[in-house]
Amino acid sequence: MSIPVPSGVQTGVAAEVLDPVAEVEATAVRGGLRRVRLGVLGWLSLVVVALAAVLAVVGPFVRPFDPDLSDLSFAYVGPYGSHLLGFDGQGRDLFSRLLVGARTTFLGAAFVAVVAVAVGSALAVTAAWFGGRVDRVVSAGLDVVFAFPGILLAVVAAAVFGAGLLSAGLALAVAYSPYVARVLRSAALRERAMAYVAALEVQGFGAWRLCLRHLLPNISGLVVAQGTILFGFAMVDLAAISFLGLGVQSPQADWGVMVSEGKTGLLQGYPMESLTAVLCIVVVVSAVSFLGDRLESAGKQAHR
Amino acid sequence: MSALLEVRDLTVRLRVGGTDREVITGTTLEIGEGEAMGLVGESGSGKSMTAKAIARLLPAGARVEGSVRFAGTDVLGLSGADLRRHRAKVAVVFQDPRAHINPVRRIEDFMTESLRTLEDVPRAQARTRAADALEEVGIDDPARRLRQFPHELSGGMLQRVMIATALLSQPLLLLADECTTALDVTTQAEVMAILDDLRRDRGLSMLFITHDLELAGAVCDRTSVMYAGQVVETSAAHRLHADPLHPYSAALVQARPDVTSTAERLVAIPGRPVSAFEAPAGCRFAPRCPHVLDGCRGHEQTLVDLDAGRVRCERAAALRGRLLDPTESPTESEETADA
Amino acid sequence: MPDTDGPVLSVSGLRKVFGTQVAVDDMTFELAPGRSLAIVGESGSGKTTVARMVVGLERPTAGTIVACGRDRSRPARNARERTLRGREVQIVFQDPYSSLDPRQSGTAAVDEVLRVHHDHDAATRRRIVGELADLVGLDQRQMDALPRALSGGQRQRVAIARALATEPKVLILDESVAALDVSIQAQVLNVLADIRDERGISYVLISHDLAVVRQLTEDVLVMQRGVVVERGRTADVLDAPQHAYTRMLRASVPGPGWKPTRTLRRPA
Repeated sequence: MSIPVPSGVQTGVAAEVLDPVAEVEATAVRGGLRRVRLGVLGWLSLVVVALAAVLAVVGPFVRPFDPDLSDLSFAYVGPYGSHLLGFDGQGRDLFSRLLVGARTTFLGAAFVAVVAVAVGSALAVTAAWFGGRVDRVVSAGLDVVFAFPGILLAVVAAAVFGAGLLSAGLALAVAYSPYVARVLRSAALRERAMAYVAALEVQGFGAWRLCLRHLLPNISGLVVAQGTILFGFAMVDLAAISFLGLGVQSPQADWGVMVSEGKTGLLQGYPMESLTAVLCIVVVVSAVSFLGDRLESAGKQAHR
Repeated sequence: MSALLEVRDLTVRLRVGGTDREVITGTTLEIGEGEAMGLVGESGSGKSMTAKAIARLLPAGARVEGSVRFAGTDVLGLSGADLRRHRAKVAVVFQDPRAHINPVRRIEDFMTESLRTLEDVPRAQARTRAADALEEVGIDDPARRLRQFPHELSGGMLQRVMIATALLSQPLLLLADECTTALDVTTQAEVMAILDDLRRDRGLSMLFITHDLELAGAVCDRTSVMYAGQVVETSAAHRLHADPLHPYSAALVQARPDVTSTAERLVAIPGRPVSAFEAPAGCRFAPRCPHVLDGCRGHEQTLVDLDAGRVRCERAAALRGRLLDPTESPTESEETADA
Repeated sequence: MPDTDGPVLSVSGLRKVFGTQVAVDDMTFELAPGRSLAIVGESGSGKTTVARMVVGLERPTAGTIVACGRDRSRPARNARERTLRGREVQIVFQDPYSSLDPRQSGTAAVDEVLRVHHDHDAATRRRIVGELADLVGLDQRQMDALPRALSGGQRQRVAIARALATEPKVLILDESVAALDVSIQAQVLNVLADIRDERGISYVLISHDLAVVRQLTEDVLVMQRGVVVERGRTADVLDAPQHAYTRMLRASVPGPGWKPTRTLRRPA
């Protein structure tokens, strides 16, 4: 009944009420990964996310029809025979396009989350470790990037490097990294101040070993939480960018592209394409956000 | 000396992660008017929980059995306005004053808040009373202190502010929960002296909770020693050091180094202190006790009268006068791992 | 090469200034092999700052610190110097809950220190871990447990074992037994006495607890507001304190017949 989460959740209660014995448990575990109860909603979210992840991998192999095969005579035809969701405006099988589109949508968001978290945690740990001037420079730099909305950055990136998933993804990752860095920096600062870090410094351990083997693993709970939350944001933002025509390019199947292409049908009273794609995005993003919130609050609690 | 506070067979269970955990088992103690009672124990002994139960500050979901009577009223049955009145008469001073004071409000606001909201005392009058209370705890220039913020005061000064604030509601009983533990020794002496004066001048009763035997022995009239959620001994405070009744009290006295002499080797108690819910059946101290016999483990020990005190040990009478005798101490106490 | 006859630690003219605040001023002392020195004082006396400077966590404003013949007044210039210093002076902090990596068992922690410092094979490292565990009184199961499964006293033993893994000549005990329960404190104090007997290590005990100081140390420095106000044999200083501040400290220790007195003025 559990997945790895930042620790401190179950023990939080004990810390309030019991004498030092339980206090021991609560202060002992700070930000590492531990297990926590998910509840029904949590499990549902986990199932949704897992399903989407599986689709992202196997979608193109299990699709019933060629997602790019267009037959205009079937344009906007509703569910029909083995075509479970019917056809889009160009007579392509909608269900197949959803299955195939899961890949770019999901992997694009994952790419953004991974890059943003990697950059963010590197900056956070660097700032926290060295402190002083390094910290001030990093923090000031983060403030500057903060000022740029992700989508704006993506538009600029598209103008400079050309439209496409890669430039959109990189732009979003850059725009998101300050959020990650800011949260992780304060966690890393707290960890940096722990006596065990000082003890290991006195032992003669170098900064690399201390940061990679001790400091970072102990804030891993928050790192995972941040990644999860960003994944949800990235999925919505990438869909929006694709909707604007600056991300994944038509005719490639992608949920964001499908929302965009479906708008003509929407206006003409054939909402199936846009609606199904939007529904997929909403369900997956809600599930991911729910998990992310859980992880983050657990992580913050553990890190108080 | 009539009892102001009477605690009878108090048992408290807390809900932790879906299970009930017993933290106090059948605690019994009473405090007379103007009396200072020390409550001594290590981690998990339940001493703080006892204070919280008396002040009705237990966390939600706590299950309480037994009775707590304060000035004739049943404390555990109180609610609403009666409960507020009770809490005004029983003041609590905690270990860490900074955790219990709003850092962005001035000392005056903190001190007078309950006077002005609960008792409708006008602002000017509330301020005068607060200043008087600060003066009573030995704070110079109270008018200036009232205008300051908590961060401008030292820990010792802030603890005195907490005591002064507690006095504003004219309490009859002061629960001091490790209130000098975080202070420097000289500041501790100062705060203890203030509490001592208050007790004499106002006839205030005090429950002084501490892990420090020397301190409890020096400033209290009587002391109760708690172990694993139970009171194991109650006797006159000056006897705690010289003539303890329970093997645990004696072991604590011997384990503590002495500032006036260097011991060849400290007599450590093996193992670690346990909480009520992890305590063994029978005598709870048995696994760590140097005087244990097989019979001790067989059944719960009860609190019985002995030499003008009370003790929870069936061997106490047989061990009278021998607990602190080094030649009597059984085999060299092996202080191996505290499992 | 470090000389073996002279003091293992010698500090002279040590000074630390934070902003405009002088935390430590003109501190000088020497520590002979196998001796134990206490530095006592209240919060703000600068005693912890001295400890942090000696182990290199804080950089002195002025003065010199020499341990085992090697100057350590300035930050280590390279990894080699850093590890060498690690084999000279180690420290055990006050809070048993934050002084261990929560993700590392005692065995793993000690093993990592051994790997950083030596080229021992796995069997040798296992043997040394076992020896250190015996020395601090922990069994295999306790050494293999994560810190959260251990009590405060057990964690402090792990911290001591980890500090001893580099075989330091000086161990700084920064209020290392202050947070422990009375019964556990006695166990750890006895363990520390055994270690000194067995390994001939020197201690610097930073403490506000005069009874603990009396039990563990031979010499004492009394600090007040960054300055040493009295020094001497521990027994002499505690039995017959000379300086007014030491007398006040000593008088503040509760004991049989003790009555708390107001050191500040009484209200008019």
